Amino acid sequence: MANGKKLNLKQNYSMLTKGLDWEPSYQKKQDIFPQLEFEGIKIHDWSNWEDPFRLTIDAYWKYQGEKEKKLYAIIDAFQQNNGQFNVTDARYVQALKIFINAVVGLEYNAWRGFSRLGREFGAASPRIAAQMQAIDEMRHATTQTHACSHYARFFEGMGNAPYQFDRTWYLSIPKSFFEDACSSGPFEFVVAISFAFEYVLTNLVFMPWMSGAAYNGDMSTVSFGFSAQSDEARHMTLGLEVIKFLLEQDPDNVPIVQKWIDKWFWRAYRVLSLVATMMDYMLPKRVMSWDEAWTIYYEENGGALFADLARYGIKPPRDADVTIKEKERLSHEMWSIFYANRDVVGFPLWLPSQEEMNWMSEKYPNTFDKYYRPRFEYWKELEDNGTPFTNTTLPQLCQVCQWPCLFTEPDDPTEFSHHQTEYKDEHFQFCSDGCQHIFENEPEKYIQAWLPVHEIYKGNCILDDVDPESPDYNPMVEAIRYMGLKPGIDGGLFKEHNDAMNWEKWTERPSNIHNQPATDFVRKTGSDK
Amino acid sequence: MNESKHPVFIAFQANNDTLPIVNAITRDNPLAIVNEMPAMVKIDCPGRLVIKRSSIEEEVGREFDLQELQINLISLSGEINEDDDEFTLSWN
Repeated sequence: MANGKKLNLKQNYSMLTKGLDWEPSYQKKQDIFPQLEFEGIKIHDWSNWEDPFRLTIDAYWKYQGEKEKKLYAIIDAFQQNNGQFNVTDARYVQALKIFINAVVGLEYNAWRGFSRLGREFGAASPRIAAQMQAIDEMRHATTQTHACSHYARFFEGMGNAPYQFDRTWYLSIPKSFFEDACSSGPFEFVVAISFAFEYVLTNLVFMPWMSGAAYNGDMSTVSFGFSAQSDEARHMTLGLEVIKFLLEQDPDNVPIVQKWIDKWFWRAYRVLSLVATMMDYMLPKRVMSWDEAWTIYYEENGGALFADLARYGIKPPRDADVTIKEKERLSHEMWSIFYANRDVVGFPLWLPSQEEMNWMSEKYPNTFDKYYRPRFEYWKELEDNGTPFTNTTLPQLCQVCQWPCLFTEPDDPTEFSHHQTEYKDEHFQFCSDGCQHIFENEPEKYIQAWLPVHEIYKGNCILDDVDPESPDYNPMVEAIRYMGLKPGIDGGLFKEHNDAMNWEKWTERPSNIHNQPATDFVRKTGSDK
Repeated sequence: MNESKHPVFIAFQANNDTLPIVNAITRDNPLAIVNEMPAMVKIDCPGRLVIKRSSIEEEVGREFDLQELQINLISLSGEINEDDDEFTLSWN
């Protein structure tokens, strides 16, 4: 250092990330980085890689340390002040069960994927970015577990997340998504996760939903959510940088990248659309609808992104128009299927209240009163008569996204979308044209999918202590036990659920702010009685 | 120079640390629209948004390193260009 002057940001980044590699002398580069060629991606000059944040490891630790201190101060305060009972009502807590059981496993798998990229990429600066992201993802898995663990002391169904993630039928939706990405090549993985998943779509989880968590009094969740998303801002930037880098390296990369964008946008959209239900049905107080969130975060902000990428010849994802057609019905269709299958899910279900249905009529003027209100009113009548509607069989799953085939045709909300194809003399079912298209591009990969419902019916989902030949063998109860759910406790109707009972006993407030209390604990103390 | 009018955005946790940052941004970007949501403030701006270290320093009354933005950042959209004095988001 000639003059001892402090380096500026760009010089500092360059010194700490560039020129760290050496040219191997007695091993071939292909043997050291064996995964960089088989996907067909051509990289001519890794030194063109640039991290726009120019974050170096020393700065990384400094700022991550500050974020952690802030986060844990809030979690401590939340726990010390019985924050779990200061959220709007006990229905809100049910959304956290989806978070702990579905999202934490995604974060952990992201750690696996980025650890691999931290080894496989062909230059030091992208490897450093991938390593920092791997550490971030592990941080998210642990902070989310910590933030939810306090709730697990008081509410059912949150104490067994890793076990459930690997076995519960609907959790195979997020699990299979991420394992699909982790079993792809390194470039496909990074386009799938950093770009399609993180850049284009995760804002929907971590911005409007987390803002909603704050609005419902959940300091703990909003704090981990925003803390995680601040890392995500860096990941998104990496995602955009990856795309630009790949597209600028060689024109032959463009069609490969386009195909991955088409595939992974649709895969990621199907996973994240679970948030539609969490926003519209599970937040007792709402900040915006899924329709509004999709309009802002995909159509406006995603639209700006794809307009920017048009100069490389990249087009918006193949099925983007379907997502726009589905935005007025997604949450209603999903809530219906969860309600109907409530005895085999890990959280209890309820029908929307009159107030909530009025909100939905306002937010979904073209669809709610026409298609969904009459269904919920009929189901309410059945519930009041003591004969609530229940599915008695398990749903048909899509071979690719593993959702039940619950979605409707893009141009006809009254017709279920159900696609079928034949491959090597077997039938395969799909929820959509998007998923069928993905299958047909890579059938050898997707015929290997482990579909929980198929496996249950094949008799593969029972614990070791079960004798399927005994006279009192109940296949459904045993499948639920295998999945890590407690039959008769975790699912069912919310108004009869332990969480609702305990909430009223411990808080003396109604478990559902829009309904009459479910127990006497509230009645005897209510000021208006 | 870019001509895009597509929106870029940056969002921060709504707290006392970010209030002066948001003030500095609105001063430097007359077209910026501040959307306040529970716990969060999202600033949208057509085409380009610039965050200037000097403006934040005037607001907070101390030296400010633009990398400190990371602490209360929630999310952003747009291509980033960052140096010691300015943090810019833009679309081509």
